[in-house]
Amino acid sequence: MPEPGRDLARRRDALWAGLALPGIAWLAVFFLLPFYVIVAVALGTVDPILQTPAPAWNPLDWDWSAFQFVLEGLFTGERAFGQVFVRTIVYVTISVALSLAIAYPVAYYVARHGGRWKGLLLLGLVAPFFISYLMRMLAWINLLQDDGWVNDVLLWVGILDAPRNWLDGRASSVILGMVYGYVPFMILPLYAFLDRIDRSLLEAARDLGASRFQAFRMVTVPLSVPAILTGIAIIALPMFGDYYTPDLLSQSPRTSLIGNQINLYILGGQQIPVGAALVVVLMLMLSVLLAYYVSATTRAGRRLRE
Amino acid sequence: MSTATHTTRVDRRPSRARRFRAWLANPWGRPRFLPLFTLLYFVWSLVPILIAIRFSFNEGRSRSTAQGWSLRWYYDDPDLSVWNDPDLRSALFQSLRLSAIAVAIAVPLGVGLAIGLTRWRGRVARTSRFVSVVPLVTPEIVMGVALFLVFVNLLTFIPLGTTAQAIGHVTFSLSFVLIIVRARLLSIGPEYEEAAQDLGAPPLQALRLALLPMLTPAIVASAIIVFAISMDDFVVSAFLSSGSTTDTVPVRIYSAGRTAPTPALNALATLTLAITLVIAAIAFVLWRLVELKRGRRGSTLQELATLETEATRLR
Repeated sequence: MPEPGRDLARRRDALWAGLALPGIAWLAVFFLLPFYVIVAVALGTVDPILQTPAPAWNPLDWDWSAFQFVLEGLFTGERAFGQVFVRTIVYVTISVALSLAIAYPVAYYVARHGGRWKGLLLLGLVAPFFISYLMRMLAWINLLQDDGWVNDVLLWVGILDAPRNWLDGRASSVILGMVYGYVPFMILPLYAFLDRIDRSLLEAARDLGASRFQAFRMVTVPLSVPAILTGIAIIALPMFGDYYTPDLLSQSPRTSLIGNQINLYILGGQQIPVGAALVVVLMLMLSVLLAYYVSATTRAGRRLRE
Repeated sequence: MSTATHTTRVDRRPSRARRFRAWLANPWGRPRFLPLFTLLYFVWSLVPILIAIRFSFNEGRSRSTAQGWSLRWYYDDPDLSVWNDPDLRSALFQSLRLSAIAVAIAVPLGVGLAIGLTRWRGRVARTSRFVSVVPLVTPEIVMGVALFLVFVNLLTFIPLGTTAQAIGHVTFSLSFVLIIVRARLLSIGPEYEEAAQDLGAPPLQALRLALLPMLTPAIVASAIIVFAISMDDFVVSAFLSSGSTTDTVPVRIYSAGRTAPTPALNALATLTLAITLVIAAIAFVLWRLVELKRGRRGSTLQELATLETEATRLR
């Protein structure tokens, strides 16, 4: 007969496992398995008559032609995919930089000088989470139309002589949309971090003769590096998969991003393996970014602790 | 410092106008660039939404010229209003249906997952803990394409449409519930259930009586967040939609936003926003009542912001 203590521990472990099991099974079937399906479709063929993908479930049947097509598009000839990848990286970099330039001062002000308005300011920061991204883009479509308020204001001030078509394949409109759409997701982690900074560190810096600005530059900024990296990762990852912002604010192939290509190939029909291969390439690219982000945050954390 | 000097200082406090003039004259005092910048940010972030809401009440067809006020685009127009255009109406109901299903399935699954993975020590648990946060760092387009290909090529008995969309919503919501509840669990520690068990409660009862009540705020918060992100979702709903009858509000905005926009689209977006806010507010008030009953004070909003941050930490 087992001793009662061990029996209880085993029963408890069984309970924990039983509670976790449905969720684990769900993720295995609907999250892990789909990744294999993407790979199998990317390395499969297309049925010559039905034009539907024929996934290669068995690694022995793998056919690399979709990947070859993507690699050729990336590096040879017209470099159609290469241009799209470069454009995506440029747009994302500019949008992330602008977002940081907006998010940091706002988060800093609310966290440090919010005072009695803090609750209200916080509500303003959380509000965009409850407003659908697509609605926020719709708001800008309204404003950027030919007879929209942006043109009205610019004409009235005298910057423009004639109304400009802002929704006609302009990088500036797409980047504005991305910054507008994603910046709230960057402000909150920065806010949460800046709000937690130990004020005695700043007081110490001031006591040692640092000016207000020096204390900010030499204490607050270095301390917030991990939060900045987190904020960048939070908005850069979805930006790399974005296709709806360019579709809504430009509709032109001139602003086509990786996400637009994936969307076209997957829902456009005949070359689904190419779309799947693009997803795999995107995931590989992002996993490099993610690995860099993880190592950078741990390194920054270690440096601060020393 | 004595009280006397303190009172004199208060007495000598300059008037509001004097203080404003002093503030204006001394650019090196408290930073003044920051409040202005923050104010501009809030104007930039909220005014476009307010303008979009205003034009949903427009009498005319324009979305840039104010033409009176009416409920034409909500109800009155016999063909184009949200209520009378079958595509717009079904989009609203489809969004609500999917969000309700997502909350009903993802919250219990996620709570079980959080409790199980936090307390259970084993190799399976360690691997699962890692795998279950990966959805947060996976761009939605990857998840959308992956599930689309699964339902078209492998699990063909699940057709595209509401079922497939609901599965997708539950899948991306699960990790949010997991991290919110897990953060709370880690701060509680295992002592309470252990105490209950020492007093003779079987494990399941200890869980129900000691742990679940302490988790209620986190569970309510995760339900609000799941509801909001499910209403907000575009990519997964779009890839798994089977046609205009299963389009959600964001999908409808995407497909009509540039081709046939009328103020009815603004009305649809406004209604969705209002519903999300009302449901979040109800849940929020309930949560606040629970917290007050337990005698917990402090800013609930602050806590919600922290939870949101936890939730988006690696999104």
